[in-house]
Order: sequence, then C-alpha cells, then structure tokens
Amino acid sequence: MFLDLFYGLREEGVPVSLQEWQAFLTALEKGLHGSSLARFYHLARACLVKSETLFDAFDRVFLRVFRGVEGEFGDDVTEKVLDWLRDPKNFTELTPEQRAELERLSSDELVRRFLERLAEQTERHDGGDRWVGTGGRSPFGHGGEHPTGIRVGGPGQRRSAMKVAEERRFSDYRTDATLDSRSLRVALRRLRQLTRTGVASELDLDETVDETCRNAGEIELVFRPPRKNDVRLLLLMDVGGTMDPYHEPVSRLLTALHEERGLRDFEAYYFHNCVYDHVYTRARLSRSDAKPTADLLRRLDPRWKVALVGDAAMHPTELLEAYGGIDPRVTTATPGIVWLQRIAAHFDRTVWINPDDARTWDGTYTTRLVRRLFPMFHLSVDGLSDAVRALVGARGQESSARREPG
Amino acid sequence: MTEDFQRFRGTPGYIASGPLVDAVNCAIALGRPLLLKGEPGTGKTVLARHVADGLGMKMLSWHVKSTTKGADGLYVYDTVQRLNDSRFGTGDVSDIRRYIRLGPLGQAFASAERVVLLIDEVDKADLEFPNDLLRELDEMRFSILETSEEVVAKERPVVLITSNNEKELPDAFLRRCVFHFIEFPDVGLMRQIVDVHHPNLDAKLLDQVLIKFYWLREQNELRKKPSTSELVDWISALLRAGMTHRQLEAHIPFLGTLLKKEQDVDALRDYDERKGKYPARWADLGPRFNQ
Repeated sequence: MFLDLFYGLREEGVPVSLQEWQAFLTALEKGLHGSSLARFYHLARACLVKSETLFDAFDRVFLRVFRGVEGEFGDDVTEKVLDWLRDPKNFTELTPEQRAELERLSSDELVRRFLERLAEQTERHDGGDRWVGTGGRSPFGHGGEHPTGIRVGGPGQRRSAMKVAEERRFSDYRTDATLDSRSLRVALRRLRQLTRTGVASELDLDETVDETCRNAGEIELVFRPPRKNDVRLLLLMDVGGTMDPYHEPVSRLLTALHEERGLRDFEAYYFHNCVYDHVYTRARLSRSDAKPTADLLRRLDPRWKVALVGDAAMHPTELLEAYGGIDPRVTTATPGIVWLQRIAAHFDRTVWINPDDARTWDGTYTTRLVRRLFPMFHLSVDGLSDAVRALVGARGQESSARREPG
Repeated sequence: MTEDFQRFRGTPGYIASGPLVDAVNCAIALGRPLLLKGEPGTGKTVLARHVADGLGMKMLSWHVKSTTKGADGLYVYDTVQRLNDSRFGTGDVSDIRRYIRLGPLGQAFASAERVVLLIDEVDKADLEFPNDLLRELDEMRFSILETSEEVVAKERPVVLITSNNEKELPDAFLRRCVFHFIEFPDVGLMRQIVDVHHPNLDAKLLDQVLIKFYWLREQNELRKKPSTSELVDWISALLRAGMTHRQLEAHIPFLGTLLKKEQDVDALRDYDERKGKYPARWADLGPRFNQ
C-alpha cells in the first residue's frame, strides 16, 4: 500500500526520490503522524512533495491509494508501516550488500550509471545482473526486480521503474541532442547585457591604487558592482499538432538555452496553439503542470525578455473567440489574442520565433495578426541572431530588425 | 516507538494551523530544514520568531539578498580590517582568528545550545546559492580554510527557510527539505487574525470588510493581490475615519492601502465606470464563500 503511494506519485509526475521516501519512513517511525489519517496525510505531503503546484497530484494519488482506509487504520498506521517494512516479500532477491548500495544511490547517480552502461553495451542482452536488458537484477532494463531500476522501454510489469527512460509522445522538448546545436549556441551567446548594477562588492584595483596614491599612501578602497549578465528570458513554446514536424529544431533550441549558463534567469513554459489562461511547465500539458498566465505577468517584471516559439498558424476562432481553445479539457473565456496582447503590452521586448518558412507567413491570417503584436523571426541560426538582437540590442537596431523579415 | 524530542506547539501570538505545527515538528525530528512557501504577507518570517519563542531557543536570522553568497553565511575573512590594522598598527595582525567573523549559519553551528536559524527569502539569491549550502546543511559542519579549524554543530539547529517563489529552487536542495506551503487564510482563520489586531470590531463592519477583501483577491486583472497585512492596515484606516458598514456596501474607500500598483487602481476605476457592482453579501461571492 505504501509503495503504491510512492509509485503513484512518481506516475503523476511528482519527483519523489528515495532520499525523501526514507525521510518519510523515519518520520513515521518516530510517530510524528500521531494517530490520525489527516496528520499522516500532511506528514506525507511535507516530506514527499516540494512544490505547491504538485499538491493537486498528491491529493489524487492519496485518494486513490487510501480510499476506504480511514476506518481500517485510524489508530495504527505505524504498525502497518512497520509490518510492511518487516515483510521480507518486499525485499526479495536483495542481499544486505545490495540494499546498502541501493540506499547510497541517488537518482542522479542512477542516471549517470545508466548512460555509462549504455555506452559500454553494444548488443541486446537478457538476464544477468550487469547489462541493460530484460529480466535480471541489474538496476537497468525492465521486468527485473531491482526496486529502483530505470526502465528502458517495454511494459513495466513490476512497476519497479524509478525513472521511465522510454520516451513519451509529448516528451519534454529538452533532449540531450547535441548534434549541431553549436551554431545555435553561438547565436545565443549574444543574449547578454553585461551591466554593472547592484551592490558595489568587487574591489576595483586600478581605482584603489589611484585613490590610495592621491591619499598620500593611506589605503583608500574603491568598490564597484561586478559585471553580470542581466538578461532574464521567458520562453513560451507551442507543442503538438502542427508543431510536431518541428520537434527536432525546437528541442535543439531548448537544449542550447539550457546549456546557456550565463543567463541571469531563464524560465520555459509550453502551450498548445495559442496562449490562454494557463501555460504548462511540461510538454505533455497535463493539468497538474498548469500555471496561470496571469501569474507570469504579475511575477515577472517588464525587463524580462520574452521569446514565443510557435507557428502562429491556427484556425481564426482559436485566436479570436472566447472558448476558442482547441483542447477540450480547457475552457477559457478570454480569447487567445487578448492574452497575446497582454504579454506584448507587459514586457518591453518580445519576439516570436516561427519555424515555418518566412515566405508562408503572409499567407496565413492568424500569422499576420500575431505579427502585428510581435516582431517575428525564422527559427534558423540567422533568424535567431536577429531575434537576439531584437531582444537585447539598442532600440534602433530593434526597429530595423522588425522590418527585416517582412 | 515514539521518540521524545522538543516539540513546537504554537504560541498565543501566532495563529498556526495544525498541519503547519506538524510540519515544524517533522523538520525538528528529522533534523532537516523546513522550507516555507506562501504568498507574501502570510507570516512566513514571523513564524521563525514564534518557533524560537515556543521552544525557548535563541533565534538567528540570515536575510538573503541578491548578492549573498553561500560562504557568507559560514564565515567572512575580513581582509580589509586586517590590512588597515597592519597599516596603522591598531591591532594584533599576527592572529588571523581575530579577522574571521562567523556568519549566521556559522554562529548557529558554533552555538553551545540549540538555536533556531531563519534563512529568509532564499530565492532572492543566485540560483546556485542553495546548492552551495547542501553539504553544510546535511552534515552541519564546515571548515575554515584560513585556520584549518572545523566548526561542527553540537546541536543540530532548527533551520527554517522561506521562499517567495521568485525562482525555482534546485531539486537537490528540495530533496533535503521538509516542505510546507502556507495557504492564504480562509475566512474563518482571517477573522481570528483580524481579531488579534483589532479586537471587538463591529461584526457587520467586519463582514463588509472581508467580503470586499476576498472579492478583490478574486479579481484576475489585479497584478498584486492585497495580503493580510494590507487588510489590517485598511481596517485601521476605516476605523480612524469612522466608517460604518453601510458606507462600505457600495464603495471601497482608501483603496490605496489595499492596492499598491497604479495599474490595479486603474483597473478598479474602469470597473467603477462600467457601473460594475461590488458585492455586499457573502452569497455574491459565489458558493465557495457561503457561510
């Protein structure tokens, strides 16, 4: 039952790690939940869920796992947990050494070793306890018995996958595709505004020597603020539908941006066709990943640079009419164009990056409308350079860039 | 089975919900930091003071700023003072220990008794800041490079960390924390809170005040929702001006105490001009507020 909670949470996208699970078990052993299911619930949430945006997912899993349980273990949650812990069935096939090692493994470590194994391995492999394959006791592969294993494709018979390594349909656009993202990175390197703002905390050696000499040898320290990149970037990405063919270039762009360590701040969200009341932290656009768009506008000040990535081609009703969103799960009274107008009005610098061929832009009604709000650039190395210039360049450059793609 | 440890039970001056008290105790028992999130004005920072009072411990606070570095919390080697002393011969320069100043985290570790350490607004600092503290918070020890001394916590301090959600915190950091989200108080809790600040308020006036307040918070156009502290200020202003509940039915006077952004005040003026109606009964706010 308790493992169901663990795996249920992970299935709903709550990133519960072994470390947190152990903390939770320790807390139970100490009797912190008292004797009520409500306190048990809060204890589990405090230990396992680290963001309020995931609370909803937690609630759903909790309900599913503990439905009808209230009467059954009102008083002795602890006993049940300890029974479960004592039950050898839950740890079959594990020697004490293996368990000890298991406890040492953090999930990052697992992924790293997984990648190493993949690199070593050249052919398909089943059984055994070292290689990636099916069956067996290696933590990698599927259908095996290692409780924290990484699942590689195939059905998860024992639900013992700690991280499902197989790709989902709308897998997050962030991939490790390093092929040829170098040119993109070069283009993005210009995404810099080095400014000396903030607190003077860096010793200005030249000025100090100068001032000290002026001061007849009495030490006079001069400080200045350190040079720092001041660019904060908000990326909003269209996923699914007509964007599917562009998965590859968009994921390369995202990889490049994630590797761009210099940005002062970087946030990325997904949407489908047009931005409405909510944007999503993950590409599968499930409701648990939704963030209110209004919150973004409240939280991020106008100095944030905004890049929208999408083809802007949709049915006019999706852009212009109330309840126009194509996704039946989401009803929204505010037309998409109003949200786009709000974004354009709130932020000083915005660009729209379009993967479609620039010659087709004028042929689409909605693309023309979107272009009135945002300067539009093609998703190519050149187009990206222009977009970056529009985001951080001097104002004059920006207006010339605005005309360029037309 | 149940191990004994110092438990926090709340204090008279702070109205804490049951889950919050549980989360504090869980953090104390596990010896892990408690991460507190919630809207501004929900009493995250004040909690630390009351936890310290409730447990009878000393409190140390570390207010994080955008320039704060992880190492600052452990210790600072005051090179400038040492240089000055050497220049003017005002101090004993040979002893480097005199120029090592422990930061709040360092003091918490070095303290002989258990203390409450507040790390306030951890999200203000650089993204890497929480990661720089992982090892220190895990093992509760660090070494001073200049003197090769090691500071080891005799008693694990009770660490409370607040965040205003301005940045995402790194996963590795989150894994080590106990998390509690302080929800915005519901109407019942808000009545208690108002009562602490303005005892014996006229019940009808309070109703009107709260209806307007929660209605404002429901408005999606607002960029900054009014918070508890602003509500308390607003009530002070209303009382000072001798407003009655009737005057409140169709107006929101002293709007400036509730809304702090020009755009928000404009948005409400637009609403006025469109002859928008303000709610005067709880039923006007929809089923969530039916009392």
